[in-house]
Amino acid sequence: MNFLNAVVVGFKEIWAHKFRSVLTMLGIILGVSSLVGMSALVKGMENGMKEALVAIGGLEKVRLDENDIPAYQRYMADQAVGCTMNDVYALQKSAPLIRMVTPEMRMRDVTITRNGKYFNPFVFVGTWPNALEMNQHVVEYGRMFNEIDDEMARNVCVIGTETRDALWGTPEDLGYELNPVGQRITIKHQPFTIIGMFQHYESERERKVRELAKEKPVEPVRTNSPARSKGWGKRGSSYVYTLKNSTVYIPLNTMWVKFRSTAGSNNIPDARLSALSVKVADVETLEQAIQQAHNVLMHTHKGIEDFAFQTQEDWAENINRAIRNARISGGIIAAISLLVGGIGIMNIMLASITERIREIGIRKAIGASFMDIFIQILVESVVIAIIGGAAGLLTSLGLVRLLGVLSPTDNTPQITVNALLIAFAFSVGVGILAGLVPAFKAARLDPIQALRYE
Amino acid sequence: MALIEVRNVSKIYHLGGEEIRALDDLSLDIDGGEFIAIIGPSGSGKSTLMHILGCLDSPSKGTIRLDGTMIEKATPHQLSRIRNQKIGFVFQFFNLLPKLNVLQNVELPMIYSGLSGRERRERSMQALKLVGLENRANHRPMQISGGQQQRVAIARALVNNPKIIFADEPTGNLDSNTGDAILELFRQLSREGRTIALVTHDPEIAAVTPRRIEIRDGKIARQVDARLAGLDRQPRLANPLTQAT
Ligand SMILES: Nc1ncnc2c1ncn2[C@@H]1O[C@H](COP(=O)(O)OP(=O)(O)OP(=O)(O)O)[C@@H](O)[C@H]1O
Ligand SMILES: [Mg+2]
Repeated sequence: MNFLNAVVVGFKEIWAHKFRSVLTMLGIILGVSSLVGMSALVKGMENGMKEALVAIGGLEKVRLDENDIPAYQRYMADQAVGCTMNDVYALQKSAPLIRMVTPEMRMRDVTITRNGKYFNPFVFVGTWPNALEMNQHVVEYGRMFNEIDDEMARNVCVIGTETRDALWGTPEDLGYELNPVGQRITIKHQPFTIIGMFQHYESERERKVRELAKEKPVEPVRTNSPARSKGWGKRGSSYVYTLKNSTVYIPLNTMWVKFRSTAGSNNIPDARLSALSVKVADVETLEQAIQQAHNVLMHTHKGIEDFAFQTQEDWAENINRAIRNARISGGIIAAISLLVGGIGIMNIMLASITERIREIGIRKAIGASFMDIFIQILVESVVIAIIGGAAGLLTSLGLVRLLGVLSPTDNTPQITVNALLIAFAFSVGVGILAGLVPAFKAARLDPIQALRYE
Repeated sequence: MALIEVRNVSKIYHLGGEEIRALDDLSLDIDGGEFIAIIGPSGSGKSTLMHILGCLDSPSKGTIRLDGTMIEKATPHQLSRIRNQKIGFVFQFFNLLPKLNVLQNVELPMIYSGLSGRERRERSMQALKLVGLENRANHRPMQISGGQQQRVAIARALVNNPKIIFADEPTGNLDSNTGDAILELFRQLSREGRTIALVTHDPEIAAVTPRRIEIRDGKIARQVDARLAGLDRQPRLANPLTQAT
């Protein structure tokens, strides 16, 4: 019997038992759609995390932080200098694998006030104009401060949208997008002029939700509970964007002259940088670049290792681990449902060959060989699995859309062609495996005993 | 050398410690082109013999050589080829597939011999014409009479143009008129040179075949061979399907 005949016979057999076949396929449909759905969720998660990784400066960015001095150098602790501008200049001169250096002088617990409203920015740093590129900021209104602003230690600042939202109101509240450039605010009792504002950073998903909300007429929100801040701890990767939005940059010199030089302990001005960020020329040579920077800094730090490098690789690794975990658990769930589907097929095929023992006996009596019967039953099982798999792919499209609607603040689940192919291949594989035992049992039947079977 | 050589064949069933000898040390030669009737009382082992000759069942003891092949040494695959190509088997109870129509039932052996769909259809229609059922090709087995079903079964046995035809009581379930028609069909096939062995209870049918074998308790009790009486015919093998007009 040729293959095509077997397929035709298989289809007829399935058509003859429509209801039973559909029930059997249900297992495969569930298995395939859960496999595709899971992988789409994971893919969406991956997309969101990669986006966030780019938002915090990409893999080339390495931060240099102060660190505890190793135990064997503790006795020199009072000689440790910390990170200073010397480091910045030394790195610029002597570390060719490093493309860019940005000093950061940070101040905590800063309050910005205007007209009785106040805001505590998460990141309030004095830095160089190249912080814009270092931290992947985009200026929406106005400009970034420049070298002259820095040189002159002007009281100018560039803010993120959170500051604007807190002091003036969000575009949703106001009904229009307010441009704060030129406005004056007070930072720690000092007057500052806003000369620029960054764009609003958000994940792709957040943007979609916002745009969707914009299209709908705004319903007045009626809540009985008092308004309260949700804090920084928003969900998932959007945390990264919230932090970035609540950034306030001022020129490094301004920070030094207006705040830091008066804020040191024991009346000694504190010239230390809180951190400095470097950008390596090439991610491929990240290791060497860090080594180079390390060597340079060991000089400027008089051999005291009071600093440490923080790469985004840890973050990237965490992302990868989270994705791997999600993929494994999703895979296990999908595998179990596919397994259940396969057992269903095997069960129905066993029932079916028991029903058809006489038929198989007749076929064997007129010349069907072991292989003929084996292939016929196997093809039937695979056809069920293929139809189930195809139906599962269709269902999964709907399922993924549903998942996207159900979790609006997470990342959009994304179906990949790979996931579809793999899911389909799995369903075919399950069909083959499930058909093997019934096919073997049927093909091995003795013709005369099968003919006698009632 | 005979076409079929049966040597000391026994078929033994064990039922609850009891031994049933359906065939008991039976030996038999069948030459090409012979037309044989096998008679005997119920339970004497006729069907068992036919099944073993038709390569559907295997003997407990003894050897069978069928057209040069030692049956007990053949692989299952070889046996399925022999059943498909060399033997046409007509069962006592038709054994048609109820889900398929008449034409599809007749096509079935050719599906396993790998003929193209067109050729299958043509040859099935010819076989159905031969048994006079070409106008029932699209009926289900359940929609035609017992005699017609038996003719479909015969068409199916003939369609692969086998050398040998075994029929287990092909007229047993039919009235005498249809029975006569079917017997006439077998005589015609025999005249074309095919080797035919049929089991029957009907002494009238047994009377017309050149050779008659009577089985009792799994043994050959009596043989009558018309050839020994000088009534031999020259066997010639021909294809009834290509000659039918
Ligand atoms: N599967 C079996 N198990 C046990 N005994 C069997 C089996 N098949 C046949 N027999 C026995 O073998 C003997 C021969 O049976 P067989 O069917 O060959 O008889 P038969 O001559 O064809 O009878 P009938 O004319 O009624 O068809 C019987 O006694 C029967 O009971
Ligand atoms: Mg019988």
